[in-house]
Amino acid sequence: MLNKKRNRESGEIDGSSLADIAFLLLIFFLVVTTIDVDTGIGLVLPPIPDDIEPPPVRERNLMNILVNAQGMVLIDEEPAAIAQVRDRVKQFVDNRGADPNLSDSPDDAIVSIKTDRRTPYNVYIDMLDEVMGAYEELRHQASMDRFGVPFASLERGSERRGEIQEMYPKKISIAEPDEG
Amino acid sequence: MSKFKKKQASTKQNVPTSAMPDVVFMLLIFFMVTTVLREVELQVQIDFVEAENIEKIEEKRLVSYIYVGPERLGGGRLGETRVQIDDALVQDMGEIRNVMYDKLMEEPRLIVSLRVDRDSEFGIVTDIQQELRHAGTLRINYSTRRQI
Repeated sequence: MLNKKRNRESGEIDGSSLADIAFLLLIFFLVVTTIDVDTGIGLVLPPIPDDIEPPPVRERNLMNILVNAQGMVLIDEEPAAIAQVRDRVKQFVDNRGADPNLSDSPDDAIVSIKTDRRTPYNVYIDMLDEVMGAYEELRHQASMDRFGVPFASLERGSERRGEIQEMYPKKISIAEPDEG
Repeated sequence: MSKFKKKQASTKQNVPTSAMPDVVFMLLIFFMVTTVLREVELQVQIDFVEAENIEKIEEKRLVSYIYVGPERLGGGRLGETRVQIDDALVQDMGEIRNVMYDKLMEEPRLIVSLRVDRDSEFGIVTDIQQELRHAGTLRINYSTRRQI
């Protein structure tokens, strides 16, 4: 009787293969995982107009940037290099009525980008990047002056960030390109 | 020789491995939580553009992608510039409007991320943007890599 009881198998489940199974799953998830976060330049498109005339914009408050099919840039009818765009946009936006040809205030300033249908995409992105860079620098400057901290360190959705964004709203208009 | 052998045999040298499954499971759960399964098979070739002033999109579930680039024809050859949404190539630009409108109904805060090959012409992007405006999906993002 006693002998029989001792010969009985133990009631535990063999757990040594558990690690193997877990490893297998782990390797599967390691392989399929992508941790890359999507990065890019954000933009909000204008809604389709419902027969409402767009409000008139004074000539001085509008900065026209034209990019042609060869990737050449024209700012307010003058040829310019892409490297110049940033400084020109900064001057234009932060003019505050000083120069009669540039904007009244950052709030009124509109940067209009117009391209040709055959403009290479990378030229367009370089352009947009420069314009975004100009706004980023202006906001950084405003944030340093006002709060003494860089704009990038202000928390997303916070009051301070909103205030700076209000000071320099990004008003970028993507004009519909000409045919041909 | 025999002396050494005797010494070795007398001591146990097992590392306790009973905690290994726990460690592995912890890693496993981490990867299961962070993983996003690759949803689409790319049928177009995309060489990303680089830019400096870019933002991260934190809410990945809001993002819907549109891929634009030369079609992969097999054998490493590239064809005409095409537009791909999800798993299918778009035959007619008007389809984009319907597809995006449906997506917008499901997720009102939708962000459309345009993944465009660097050598594409801007005209096709304009056509897509027009369709997006008609669909009412106004938040877009030009997907770019960080410039190094």
